[in-house]
Amino acid sequence: MVQADPVGVLTGTHYLDGDHAAAEGACSAGCRFFAGYPITPSTEVAERVALRFPLIGGTFIQMEDELASIAAVLGGSWGGLKSMTVTSGPGFSLMMENIGLGVMMEVPCVVINVQRGGPSTGLPTLPAQADMMQARWGSHGDYELIALSPNSPQECFDLTIESFNLSEQWRVPVLVMMDECIGHMTERVVIPEAGEIELVERRYTNLNPDDYLPYKPCEDLVPEMAPIGYGYRFHTTGLTHDERGYPSMNAETQQRCVGRLLDKINLNRDEIIHVDKHYLDDADIVVVSYGISSRVAIPAVEKARREGIKVGELRLVTVWPFPEKLIRELAGNVKAFIMPEINHGQVVLELERCAGGRAETRLVKHAGGWVHDPETIYEAIREAAK
Amino acid sequence: MPESNYWRKPFDADKVKSPDGTVYVIKDRCKGCGFCVEFCPRGVLVLSTEFNRKGYHPPEVIHPDRCVNCDLCERICPEFAIYCLNQEEIIELAP
Amino acid sequence: MTVTEVKPDTTRKIPEHPKSLLLRMDRMPHIWCSRCGIGITVGCFASAMEKTGLSPDDITVTSGIGCTGRVAGYVKADSFHTTHGRAIPFTVGLALTRPDLKHVVFSGDGDLISIGGNHFIHAARRNQNMLVICVNNFTYAMTGGQLAPTTPVTARATTAPYGSFERPFSLPTLAISAGASYVARWTSLHIRRITDSMTEALQRRGFRFIEIIAPCSTIYARRNKLGTGLDLMKYYYENSVIDHNASVDDLDIGFQSKIVVGKFVDKDRPSYGKSMHEHFRKVLGNKYQPPVSGKMEIDKSWSGCTESQDTTVTDEVQS
Repeated sequence: MVQADPVGVLTGTHYLDGDHAAAEGACSAGCRFFAGYPITPSTEVAERVALRFPLIGGTFIQMEDELASIAAVLGGSWGGLKSMTVTSGPGFSLMMENIGLGVMMEVPCVVINVQRGGPSTGLPTLPAQADMMQARWGSHGDYELIALSPNSPQECFDLTIESFNLSEQWRVPVLVMMDECIGHMTERVVIPEAGEIELVERRYTNLNPDDYLPYKPCEDLVPEMAPIGYGYRFHTTGLTHDERGYPSMNAETQQRCVGRLLDKINLNRDEIIHVDKHYLDDADIVVVSYGISSRVAIPAVEKARREGIKVGELRLVTVWPFPEKLIRELAGNVKAFIMPEINHGQVVLELERCAGGRAETRLVKHAGGWVHDPETIYEAIREAAK
Repeated sequence: MPESNYWRKPFDADKVKSPDGTVYVIKDRCKGCGFCVEFCPRGVLVLSTEFNRKGYHPPEVIHPDRCVNCDLCERICPEFAIYCLNQEEIIELAP
Repeated sequence: MTVTEVKPDTTRKIPEHPKSLLLRMDRMPHIWCSRCGIGITVGCFASAMEKTGLSPDDITVTSGIGCTGRVAGYVKADSFHTTHGRAIPFTVGLALTRPDLKHVVFSGDGDLISIGGNHFIHAARRNQNMLVICVNNFTYAMTGGQLAPTTPVTARATTAPYGSFERPFSLPTLAISAGASYVARWTSLHIRRITDSMTEALQRRGFRFIEIIAPCSTIYARRNKLGTGLDLMKYYYENSVIDHNASVDDLDIGFQSKIVVGKFVDKDRPSYGKSMHEHFRKVLGNKYQPPVSGKMEIDKSWSGCTESQDTTVTDEVQS
């Protein structure tokens, strides 16, 4: 852990929307390369970065499309700078292939998706949480990555920093799954002193080039990176590769290569996953939610509590990897899970799988365009309590 | 070059020796394309009748004395299987 | 992952290949077919690296997908084998974060001009700092010979079984009109010209483009009954016309027509990084913080040194 570089940290109390706060999070986290393409409702992040980067030693470039943006971000990260891009639904779809490349090449980088209604062009200016499964499964092949879901502008700032830390630590693209509502919600954002912001720096190898293998994992299953231009002369590829980084296309290498990429995240879930728990100790019913829906759920939970219903709230700050162990534990003790999400049932599928039939799972769905009325969540709690 | 009255022999023709090189072939790397044989300006090479491990006919040096170390075979070889070296280089790259 | 150790070749009786320090000889023989021209271009690139006196540590090589997409795997420099069409934007990221290095994109016509065509014109427009080497074999060879944006009219491809009727791109014309600062075209027979062009272009800045027409023996030549790669090399020998001042109208390539080659553009135009640097310096004055480079960042953590270092870059680095 090192402290943030004060140059990028705008210490103070601000009145910012989520998009701007995320941009400040990137500046504070030491992100110094940004490649992006304008798309509503994420554009404000790019705009803020374009304004700020020339003043803090960063490089901002507006690329020709999202395909180029994510590719440039991967290149920028290999070049040695913390790199980020930002997009929304349609652009997120375009980025999918190279997010897979980021996973395969193990490139630390951050992708912010300010979710809007879909499919296709959908609702450019209105919220949804309907890219959650795309975040998990959108790129082809088996892979694991990390996705966080902030529920306030303050968290847009905090979790953007956190996502850079996670990406450097686990050498994986980290997605910040915001939504239009959070992105355009303006609230108080406190940016601390640089000395109070702790950053994870990239782990470069200490080995000399003759002994270095670019994909030889350390104990935590993460291989160390080599800086370019220092004699390592390594090769990296999106093809299935061996420890040398050379393509090796056979079933055995595929198992070793992909197996480790999955294990890297799966076996370290406890260290990666972060959830918020409220009233879980005596809960019969648990509202499981993330992002803006977790905020909308609060008044519903409070109201039900006032009426004596033993309801708790579990908020997924980390949505992927999914807190499977915790849900399995809870499923033995509670009667029902309720999941409000602004889609027709995505993360709830994972919740239901982990509940394994031991607790009822109810979805409070919403097609997108607006957030849930707390009353509908409250109704669902009451129904479940009957 | 057409015969011409203006054509003369260079004054130092007897002092200048055209460079000579030695051609090396990594036979098992060769895929028998024949580029080197076709384009060698001095006709040093032919495709041999023997097969390499992969079943191709690698080139064979039939006129070693003609090689002027021009490196054409080395550069035109898509397989990095043939190269010519002068004395200095041979010493430098010796096994 | 299985790692087959590279053991010193004790049976070697002959001197090392002169390019063995620049190419990954442990991966030879490479995947390219017999009579393919890609290997020649890689050899020329190695010669150009030698001629410039650059160490492989001064260079990165990035490829996309396809036959030529495998070049990155054979050059002994830091090398990146990326996704289809995205080698150029990937290199945009590398070039902007490591302006101190030379960045080379080495890929095929389908990869760079079809799926990556948009990136190609925009990188040229912005004069992004990179040398783009495009091996043009008129077809998608890796996937079995489909129609490419470069396939000449009437040439057959698996997806144009009755022959192509689409007008192909002339790559130098495209690069010139998009604003590239160095544009050349050669065939894989022009080994010394290619080497000279690559040597020259490696030392320039901005967007540099070299097209190399190369034979695809197994797919293109066979399907079009043109003999083998060797016959195509002979065709280049007989039909290439060197004309550095050719007008763009002459640069189109028809089926087995003459091929006009040469160096068409070599001009000095400020690169993206340089323009950015100069513009911000003018507009923002002292408030402008020149971009940090990935190199500086690396030095900091690499040496285990905790004290902050001066991260300002000099003008030369940004140019």
